[in-house]
Amino acid sequence: MTQDTIAASHESPTAGPAARAVELTKVYGEGETAVTALDSVSVDFGRGRFTAIMGPSGSGKSTLMHVCAGLDSATSGKVYIGDVDLTVLKDNDLTRLRRDAVGFVFQAFNLVPTLSALENITLPMDIAGRKVDQEWVDSVIDTIGLRDRLRNRPSQLSGGQQQRVAAARALASRPQIIFADEPTGNLDSRAGAEVLSFLRRSVDDHGQTIVMVTHDPTAASYADHVLFLADGQIVDTMDNPTAEGVLDRMKGFDGKGRRS
Amino acid sequence: MLRSAWRSLLHHKLRLVLSGVAIVLGVGFVVGTLIFTDTLNSTFTNLFSATTSDVVVTPNEDPAASGSGRASRNGPPLTLPADLLAQVQGVDGVAKAGGQVLADGVSIVGTDGTVLGTTGAPTFGSNWDDDQDLTPFRLTEGRGPAASGEVALDSVSAEKSGYVLGDSVSLVSPDGAMTATLVGVFRYGSSGNLAGATIAAFDTASAQQLLLGGRDEYTEIDAVASEGVSQEVLAAAVRAVIGDAATVRTGQEAADQAAADIASGLAFIDIFLLVFAGIALFVGSFIILNTFSMLVAQRSRELALLRALGATRGQIVRSLIAESFGVGLVGAVLGLGVGVAVAFGLQSLFAAIGAEIPTGGLVLLPRTIIVGLLIGVLVTVIAALAPALRASRIPPMAALRDDVAIPMRSLRLRAIAGGILLVLGLGAMTAGAMVGGGAGSQYVGVGVVAALIGAIVLSPAIAGPLVRILGFAFPRMFGTVGSLAVQNAERQPRRTAATASALMIGLALVSALTIFASSAKTSITQVIDRVVGADFLISSQTQRPFPDQVTATVATVPGVAAVSPVKIVPAEVEGQGAAVVGVDSSTFGEMVTLTFTSGSLAGLGTGGMLVDTATATGAGVGIGDPVTVRVTTGTADFTVTGLYDPAGAYSGYVVDAAALAEAGVETGASFLYVKAEPDADPTQLQEAMTAALVDYPTVQVLSQVQFREQITSSVDQLLLVMVMLLSLAILIAVLGIVNTLVLSVVERTREIGMLRAVGALRRQIRTMVVLEALVIAVYGAVIGLVLGVWFAVALQRTLIDQGIEVLDIPWLGLLLFLVLAGAVGVLAALWPAFRAGRLNVLEAISTE
Ligand SMILES: Nc1ncnc2c1ncn2[C@@H]1O[C@H](COP(=O)(O)OP(=O)(O)OP(=O)(O)O)[C@@H](O)[C@H]1O
Ligand SMILES: [Mg+2]
Repeated sequence: MTQDTIAASHESPTAGPAARAVELTKVYGEGETAVTALDSVSVDFGRGRFTAIMGPSGSGKSTLMHVCAGLDSATSGKVYIGDVDLTVLKDNDLTRLRRDAVGFVFQAFNLVPTLSALENITLPMDIAGRKVDQEWVDSVIDTIGLRDRLRNRPSQLSGGQQQRVAAARALASRPQIIFADEPTGNLDSRAGAEVLSFLRRSVDDHGQTIVMVTHDPTAASYADHVLFLADGQIVDTMDNPTAEGVLDRMKGFDGKGRRS
Repeated sequence: MLRSAWRSLLHHKLRLVLSGVAIVLGVGFVVGTLIFTDTLNSTFTNLFSATTSDVVVTPNEDPAASGSGRASRNGPPLTLPADLLAQVQGVDGVAKAGGQVLADGVSIVGTDGTVLGTTGAPTFGSNWDDDQDLTPFRLTEGRGPAASGEVALDSVSAEKSGYVLGDSVSLVSPDGAMTATLVGVFRYGSSGNLAGATIAAFDTASAQQLLLGGRDEYTEIDAVASEGVSQEVLAAAVRAVIGDAATVRTGQEAADQAAADIASGLAFIDIFLLVFAGIALFVGSFIILNTFSMLVAQRSRELALLRALGATRGQIVRSLIAESFGVGLVGAVLGLGVGVAVAFGLQSLFAAIGAEIPTGGLVLLPRTIIVGLLIGVLVTVIAALAPALRASRIPPMAALRDDVAIPMRSLRLRAIAGGILLVLGLGAMTAGAMVGGGAGSQYVGVGVVAALIGAIVLSPAIAGPLVRILGFAFPRMFGTVGSLAVQNAERQPRRTAATASALMIGLALVSALTIFASSAKTSITQVIDRVVGADFLISSQTQRPFPDQVTATVATVPGVAAVSPVKIVPAEVEGQGAAVVGVDSSTFGEMVTLTFTSGSLAGLGTGGMLVDTATATGAGVGIGDPVTVRVTTGTADFTVTGLYDPAGAYSGYVVDAAALAEAGVETGASFLYVKAEPDADPTQLQEAMTAALVDYPTVQVLSQVQFREQITSSVDQLLLVMVMLLSLAILIAVLGIVNTLVLSVVERTREIGMLRAVGALRRQIRTMVVLEALVIAVYGAVIGLVLGVWFAVALQRTLIDQGIEVLDIPWLGLLLFLVLAGAVGVLAALWPAFRAGRLNVLEAISTE
C-alpha cells in the first residue's frame, strides 16, 4: 500500500494545492460484491498545473476525479478543494462549491440541448444568479474561436465544437480547478488537438488548474504532469511527458492491469 | 423478439406503471359511467314494471289530461268506473281481477316536520290490496290498512320519516292535512327502491275519497289469467267484453311500455352521462397515447441497436405491438375494477346532492366488460403503433450516435387541418348564435365538438409560441431555471399539447357551464324583478296544487292587501296538449307585469285570453281570434285579447280561473301571489302567514327574494353536479401531467445530472419541473377558457327565447379557474419534481 503523498506538482511556497486527496478510499457495493475503486490514494493537484491521469480501464481514474470534484462521496479519507473539506459538506453546500469553484468537461453530453452555445457557456453563473464577467467571457470565447457559432444550439455544432464550448463553460466561471474526464474521447485527432491546445492555453495564459483523465498518450503529452493509476492506486508519475514516453510507460502497466 | 419485448417491459418498471395507470384510469372512467347508467336504467325499469298481472286495463289517453310540462300532475287522474271491474271479473279466463287506485298527490310529513319527496319525484297515494297477485306491494311489517284512518307506508319512506307501527302519520292530501295510524310497512317490487317516490296506501274507500273525490272508480284494473290461458288470449277476451271503453294491454306489453317510457324519460341522463363517458374515453385515450408514444420514443436508441444487430423492421413493430397488447390488457382488467369504484362514486355524488339514486346492486353488463377491454387494448395498441412505425424507420447506424431522434413529421399538415376545423367550429357556433332557437343550438352543438377537436389537432402547432408568451415572465422571476422550464415545455410541442389537452377540454366545458349557469341566474333574477310585482309567493314544497282554503286563510292575515291564486291546468288548446294558466283577473295585474305587444289585460275577466307571442305564432292565433280550451271535464271558449312578450317561465295561455271552474276544473292553486299593505312589516307579515298556514305543512311562504334564490340555487346545484362529473376529467388531466413530467424527467436524466454537476441546486431543479408543469397547465387552461367562453356565448344567444335573456360572464370566476388550473399543474408536478431533485448526479450523468 502506497502511503506516500505523491506530489502532482512542485508546490509553490505561497499557495497550497488547488485540490488535494488524503488517503482517499472509495469502495462500491458491500460484502462479497464490494469493489475497491480507490485504495488509500493521496494526491495534490497544484495550482496552475495541467495534470493528466492515465491507467487501464477500471483502474479508478473516473472515480478519483468524481470524488475530488464533489460529485461522489468518499468511503474514507479526505478531499479538499482549496481549504474546504468536501467530505463534511451537505448536498447544497457541495453543489454551490461545484458551481463556484469547479469546472467540468465530460466525455459527452456536456451541454444543455435547449440552450445556445453562449447560454451554455454562462450556465453556471446564470444558475448562481451571478453577474457574468463579460470581458473574461469574451476572451474565453475568442480563445475557443467559436464567436460566429454562439447563437447555435448544441445539435448544430460538431462534436469538437461542442467539447470546446464545454471547455469554455468550465473556464468562464473562473473555477479554482477544472476536471475533464476523457474530453477528447469522442473526437478525432484534429478536433481533439483543438480542445487540448485550448486547455493548454488556459493553463499557460490564465494560470488555470486542470485535471484530465485520458487514455490517449498524445493527449497526456499536453499536460505538465501525468499520474498513472492501476487497481485504485497511484503507481507512477511522469513530469513533462511526451507521447512516446507515456506510451512506453503504459505498456508496462497494461500487462499488470490485465492480470487483476 | 417477444422475449426482448418482455424483458424491456420489466426493465422499465416505472414507465410500465405510468402507462398502466393511464390505461386503468381511461378504462375505469368509461366503465364506471356505463355501469352507473345501466344501474340507473335497470332500477327505474324495475320500479315501474313490478306489476305481475296478466292483463292491465287503463283509461284511454286524453291529450287534455296530460297537458304539458308540470301541468300534467295537476289535473285529476283519469279513471275507470267500478262496474268496469265487475265486467272484467266476469270475463271468461279471468281468475281474478282487482281495481287499483294510484295517483300522485299524498305527501308524507316526517316525525321532525320535514316533508318527504320535495325533489319532484311523485308522491303517490294508493289503495291497498291484500292479494299479492294483483299488486307489487309486499308487506314487510304489520298488516294492510283495512279501515278509514289507517295507512301503510313504503319501507324507504317509513324509515326516512321516522314513523313506527302504531304512530299517527301526518299526511297532506289534495284536500289538506290529515293523520292516519301506521298499521303496515311494505316493500315495492323486489328491490323496494322507489328512486325517491313515496307511497302511502289506504283502504280502497279512503283512497278513492282522498284521490278521486270519493267516486267509486279506479285508475287501473289488473286481471290474472286462469290456469292455461295466455296473456294474449285473455287480453283479447277482455277487449271483446269492454270494447274501447278503456285500453287493454297484456302484462308484458304494459311492462314494456313502462320500460320504454322510462327509457325515453331517462334518455337525457343517458346522453348526459355518455357525453361524460365520451370525454373520459377521449381524455383517457389521450393519456395512453401520449404515454406510450413517449415510452417508445425514449427507447428509440435501444430499438435502433436491435436493428443494428439484425432485427427486421417487422420484428421491431411486432414486438412493440405485443408489448402494448400485454400492457393494454392488464391495464384494462384493472380499469374494470376502477370502473366499479367510479360507479359507486357517481352514486354517492348524486345521493349527496339529494337526487335519490338506488344504492347497491350495480349492474355490470357483459357489454360493459367488452367495451372496457376493447378500449384498453385497442387504444394502447394504436397508441404504440405510430411511434413503433416511426422507431422502426430509424436507420440502424443512428444507434451509434448520441442524439437519436425519432424523425418527426412536420406540424404543417396538423396546423392546416386543425386550423380549418377550429375555424369551422367557431363559425358554426357563431352562425348558431345568430340563427337562434332549436336549429341554432344544433349548430352550436356541432360547432363546439368541431372546435374542440380542431383545437386539439392544432394545439401542437401553436403550443410552442403560446408557451413562450405565457412563460415570458419566468426568466425574469426565476432566472435560468425559469427559461429552462419554458424551453422544456416548448421543445416537445406535441407532448405539451397532448398533456394540456385534458385540462383544455375540462376547462372549456366547466367554464361554459359556469357562464351559462350565471347567465341563467341573472336572467331569472331580472325576469322576476321585472315581471313579479307581488311581495310574497306561496307554493308547495312538493310542487303539487294545494286546496283553496289556503287562499282564504292567507287573505285573512292582517297586513295582506291582496292574494292572487294561480292554477296550472292541463288542457288541449287548438288540438295540442298545453298548460293553461288560470288566474284571478281582478288581482293578477297587481302581481305580474306583462309586456304587451298588442291588446291588454283589460278583457281577461270577461272571456278574454292572453297569449305570449311565441305560443300565438306557433298556434296561429291573433287578437280577436276565438280559442277553445278543452279540459277532461268539459270545454271553455275564450277570445284572444292580449299578446305579450314571453319572459322565461312567464309564457303560455292565461285565462280567468273562474271560467275554467265553470268547465269543471277542480284543481287547487299551484301558487299564490301575495301583495302586502304598504305599511306592513315584511318579516312580521311573513311570520304571520307562515303561522296561519301551520295546518298545511307542505306549503311555504317565500318573499320575492327567497323565491328568486330558490330558483337560482337549483341552477347552482345542477351546475355542481356537472362540474363534479367534469372534475373526474380534470383528475385524469392531473395524472396525465404527472405521467408526462415523470417521463420527461426520465428522458432528461442526463441533462438534469449535467445541470446538477455544474451547480444547479436540488431546489432549482424542482422549480424547473414545477414551472414546466405550470406553463403547460396554464396553456391548456387558456385555450379551454377561450373555447368555453365562445361556446357559452353562442349557447346563451340560442336560448334567449327560453328565458336566458342576458349574458353574464363571471370574469372573476374564470380567472379563478385559471389560477386553479395552474395550481393543478403545480400539484401534479410535485412528485416528478421531487424525483428530479433527488437524482444522483453521477448516475444521472452516466445514464444511457
Ligand atoms: N457505481 C459503481 N458501482 C459499482 N462499481 C463501480 C461503480 N463505478 C465504478 N465502479 C467500479 O470501480 C472501478 C473503477 O471504476 P472507474 O470508472 O473509476 O474506472 P476508470 O479508470 O474510469 O475506467 P475507464 O477507463 O474504463 O473509464 C471499476 O472496477 C468499476 O467497475
Ligand atoms: Mg472512466
